[in-house]
Amino acid sequence: MRRPVLRASATIATVLALLLTGCTGAGPDGADAGGTIRLSFQSLAWQKESVDANKELVKEWNAAHPRIQVDYVQGSWDNVHDQLLTSFEGGEAPDIIHDASDDLADFAYGGYLADLRTLLPDRLTQDIPQQSWRTATFGDGVYGVPFLQEPRVLIANTEILEESGVRVPTPSEPWSWPEFRRVTAKLTGKGRFGVAWPLKEPVSVTLNLGLSAGGQLFHRDADGKVTIRFDEGDGVMPGTVRDQVGTDRSAARTALGMSGSDTLPGFFGGRYAMVPLGFSYRQQVVEQAPEGFEWTVLPAPAGSGGLAQGVSPQTLSVAEDSPHKEEAVQFIDFLLRPANMVRLARGDWMLPTGTQALADPALHTAEHGWATGTALARDLRPAPAQSVRGYPEWKDKVATPALQEYYSGAIGAGELRKRLVDDGNRVLARYQR
Amino acid sequence: MSLRTSGSARAGQYAALLCYLVFLAFPFLWLISTAFKPARELGSLHPTWIPEQPTLDNFRQAFDEQPLLRAAANSLTAALCAALIAVVVATPMAYVMARHRGRLATAATGWVVVSQAFPFVLVIIPLFLVLKNLHLINSLWGLVMVYVVWSLPFALWMLAGYVRAVPPELEEAAAVDGAGKVRILVSVTAPLLAPGIVATALFAFITAWNEFFFALVLLKTPEKQTLPVVLTHFLGAEGVADLGPLAAAAFLATLPSLVLFAVIQKRITGGLTAGAVKH
Repeated sequence: MRRPVLRASATIATVLALLLTGCTGAGPDGADAGGTIRLSFQSLAWQKESVDANKELVKEWNAAHPRIQVDYVQGSWDNVHDQLLTSFEGGEAPDIIHDASDDLADFAYGGYLADLRTLLPDRLTQDIPQQSWRTATFGDGVYGVPFLQEPRVLIANTEILEESGVRVPTPSEPWSWPEFRRVTAKLTGKGRFGVAWPLKEPVSVTLNLGLSAGGQLFHRDADGKVTIRFDEGDGVMPGTVRDQVGTDRSAARTALGMSGSDTLPGFFGGRYAMVPLGFSYRQQVVEQAPEGFEWTVLPAPAGSGGLAQGVSPQTLSVAEDSPHKEEAVQFIDFLLRPANMVRLARGDWMLPTGTQALADPALHTAEHGWATGTALARDLRPAPAQSVRGYPEWKDKVATPALQEYYSGAIGAGELRKRLVDDGNRVLARYQR
Repeated sequence: MSLRTSGSARAGQYAALLCYLVFLAFPFLWLISTAFKPARELGSLHPTWIPEQPTLDNFRQAFDEQPLLRAAANSLTAALCAALIAVVVATPMAYVMARHRGRLATAATGWVVVSQAFPFVLVIIPLFLVLKNLHLINSLWGLVMVYVVWSLPFALWMLAGYVRAVPPELEEAAAVDGAGKVRILVSVTAPLLAPGIVATALFAFITAWNEFFFALVLLKTPEKQTLPVVLTHFLGAEGVADLGPLAAAAFLATLPSLVLFAVIQKRITGGLTAGAVKH
């Protein structure tokens, strides 16, 4: 009886040992024995079209550059900051790093990323507008190439919009914030809300859309020191949402705790006439909308700041420890050629930052609202707080609870201002000693 | 004191049990339901438990887009090795801790409890550097080592409890009958500990099978990634997810744990209660 058990155990142990041995191996870094340079490119692309586009481009590069080979490494947005931080500390970071500009500050100031100013080719520097470069500029250095971005837009039920007879806004004639409030009130009724604000994560949307009303919240003085001020423009967007939820009842209170995806069933079911979402959510709308459901993309409301809104573009950076920075930048330059940038943008349902890519006719079609999004691109600005040290702590400990309580009606504007400014400045001060 | 329970109390107990079961089962049943729903049903305002138009498309898409089988093989290898090694290392240690009470055993127990308090993020960078020096980054061996170390304190604590439940009188009786120390351990103690060892191995296996963060940080190349890491490839920024394929893949990922429990559950509970009362 015992012998078969022993034999089975020995077999299992042998198989496991063989499997593990087969799976062990140190990866080469730098150049291999034949002098071929090997670069690792960690991509966070996740949608099938986007992953395919990235892999195809890597394949094209490798075919054209036999002496500089790129290994595609599939990363994940989940825990990417901690994963990168550990890799940097351990000296095992990928050469080319895909991330978002609002995640770069710690890495840039920490010396983990290469300053790209002297490495970038003129073509790329000139193709991407200055306001986009500012999203990846920390101190005096440029630590990433911003390449994909998405404005927040209103995705609207066409049928409800047409029935109501309201003026349909365009990028050249957007709704003002007061007009938007009147429109949502008009669209409300018969068990339907004019709008559903998915504000589970309220801080970035509040700050980014606040720019349209002249809000800024974070003010940098001549010495580079940042302080928080809550001016008139900062209160327009939050005030409108709060009035829609509490006073007009034209915005669904239950949606305040939702993520963007959570609002889609209600939108498809006619419970919400409009949902403010990131531009890339169109992919989910296309995939999940019921047969025959008509929808359209509208610009977010404008204020004294016009259609301006903050964005944190996706970026490509190079690790400071990479022994082949020039080659890594050459690859980035290839990846972000106008035609390639268009492929990446379409794969991710986002907008490219490059001027030439933005002019591509494929991104100016009315279908799926591409033209509306493209028209908004020139008004996109760096998200107000992304280069501020201490922002993540301010966001988690101060702004998120304060805004959630304000939108739900638990606290008033005075208390919101006090917490964002007084408590917020105390947090920032610790980072700016 | 009477052990009899009135009819209404019994009904109440069953109702409470049912509520608890529903509470436990709901996420898993919803996961199964989601896995078989087409994309349009996922966006429905009135979701149903039973998919109106059940489909295998999510499974097809999940397998097309991600190397689930390879990742499952990696997870299985890492989890089995971790469970095996953890049990082999923990069993003799637990025996010593339980049977030979002294300052060392007390200190070891204290350390076991304290070690549970460290969060992943606190240890990951030193751990990464240690493994790098051992050339065990991007290696399943390295990951197995981490899993063993991570599950060892609890495994030790768990097994020590099982050892304490084995009456020392049995070992003393065997000694009186002339059995040597090794014979006592092999023929008397080990069989009685078997359910505890199985339970501990199961704990170590499931801990390793579900673990995400260490695998994310320590494994670099796609060929070595484990299932929890590959599952996150269905997730985008800001919590956006490819829900159908994610649910399909997550459902498949839970199956090994379920099967393991189903197969050895009786053995564990049977072993735990064996000899508990005198007949």
